Amino acid sequence: MSIAETDTPTEPVETVDQEELARARRERIMKIARWTLPSLVMILTLLAWHLYVTIAEVPHYILPGPLLVGQKMIEDWAILWPAMILTGRLTLLALLFAVIGGVALAVAFTQSKWAEMSFFPYAVILQVTPVVAIAPLIQIYVDNAFLAALLCAWIVAFFPILSNTTIGLKSSDHNLQDLFTIYGATRWQRLRYLAAPSALPFFLGGLKIAGGLALIGAVVAEFVIGRAGTGLGLASTLLEASYRFNFGRLYAALILISLMGVVIFALMSLISHLALYRWHESALKRES
Amino acid sequence: MPTTRPPLGQRDTLLKMRHVEKTFGGDIVALKDMNLTVNDGDFISLLGPSGCGKSTALRLISGLMSPTSGQIEWTGGKSKDDLGVVFQEPTLMPWARVADNVWLPFRLRGVSYNEVRDDVLEALKLVGLEKFQRAFPRELSGGMKMRVSIARALVTKPRLILMDEPFAALDEITRHKLNNDLLALREAIGCTVIFVTHSVFESVFLSDRIVVMAARPGRVIRELEVTAPYPRDEMFRTSPEYAAHCREASDALHQAIGEAA
Repeated sequence: MSIAETDTPTEPVETVDQEELARARRERIMKIARWTLPSLVMILTLLAWHLYVTIAEVPHYILPGPLLVGQKMIEDWAILWPAMILTGRLTLLALLFAVIGGVALAVAFTQSKWAEMSFFPYAVILQVTPVVAIAPLIQIYVDNAFLAALLCAWIVAFFPILSNTTIGLKSSDHNLQDLFTIYGATRWQRLRYLAAPSALPFFLGGLKIAGGLALIGAVVAEFVIGRAGTGLGLASTLLEASYRFNFGRLYAALILISLMGVVIFALMSLISHLALYRWHESALKRES
Repeated sequence: MPTTRPPLGQRDTLLKMRHVEKTFGGDIVALKDMNLTVNDGDFISLLGPSGCGKSTALRLISGLMSPTSGQIEWTGGKSKDDLGVVFQEPTLMPWARVADNVWLPFRLRGVSYNEVRDDVLEALKLVGLEKFQRAFPRELSGGMKMRVSIARALVTKPRLILMDEPFAALDEITRHKLNNDLLALREAIGCTVIFVTHSVFESVFLSDRIVVMAARPGRVIRELEVTAPYPRDEMFRTSPEYAAHCREASDALHQAIGEAA
């Protein structure tokens, strides 16, 4: 080892060093893997499913193969599509009323301590009583089956919005509250300019949960209240298919219900992101 | 208005605190028999250890609390437009842009942004942030957020600005810079300030009057005058005069801590 060797000039300094290059490479790989890995799992599962059904000769009324499910999806589209529309309408209406009711109650609760003390326990009771247990009663008292189902889904969906929004409305910064007091803000100004924006992230968190719950509520309502007049939603289609051992259709309906859940969740996440990305910590991307 | 402030002793009275006391829960005396005259143009520091009632005094003056006994009398009565407040935290609304945060005091009076756009921009210019009016608070550094908070406090040109340890959470360099800027600001617009701090150096550098307070029970034990003329700059920080005042204030503070212990 000579001095000359250790003295050889170092390579020109690059603006991007090895570590950063490695990190960039890792990120690129991660980005691709995020999509390819779940897709790969899906393909392998479908393949295993198909092979199992074919090789073990499982009868289609026990477990239909993926091809049969796909075939049913296409064949029965004329039944499934309107069913999905119906369940979708039920879910979204329930969610809409849950938002209106939940936010209105939350505002009432935070504006009046008396209202909160009087009614909050009943909101909790409504929430903790399983909707499956209330649904038959609702079916008896509410003549219109769609309305009855809507009521069921609403009961399930509204609580997270009420509870989250109530917490959110109470969570505004204490110094800002003092500042509003010093500047002589009215009750309405306080709600509009301070409490409401403070509550927004909480409300949106509740909305994400409520979206999923509204779908669950709709499915439960269809199961319990049945086809008696709700028309054929996805859940009642599923139930009927099971009675008829039409497992291809059952699976097709099930997949569509899951798909609806995913779409609703994605939609709520998007709304949340659009409302918060400019200012809220939860929506910030950390640099480095 | 560039100020020609009358010397101490010749200023008009802005408010008087007479025998003001505040008791919590019947037996915890947060503030005992406080007497203080605040004059137009004063820069008063309330200096003292934790629990000496300096923040309580500020809350009483701001009207967020009422005194248990005693009076706070404003010359010409007090209206809600008389005060600007700066807290220890910047206390900005994270969902609102910088200009909208500064607009807040006007907005709460029902004044539209267009009517006061010039005032808002001028206030931001005074704190050196006119280029950041469209930014959200999270995009700013701690010192810049504090400047926005100061701009909001002075945008309505209040008679009195209350500052509750506004720079305590900042690093030393930023704090010095903001101290300098605050004094420059005061020379530019002639505001009256009550400034709560537990830093001897900060209080001497900024104020023309220092009220030293002691804890348990919270009370005023001494009032000092810092006679050094304004404008004060970095030179003042190293002057013998500054050192002498610091020593005086420091002695008073030690007396305050000693008495409490």
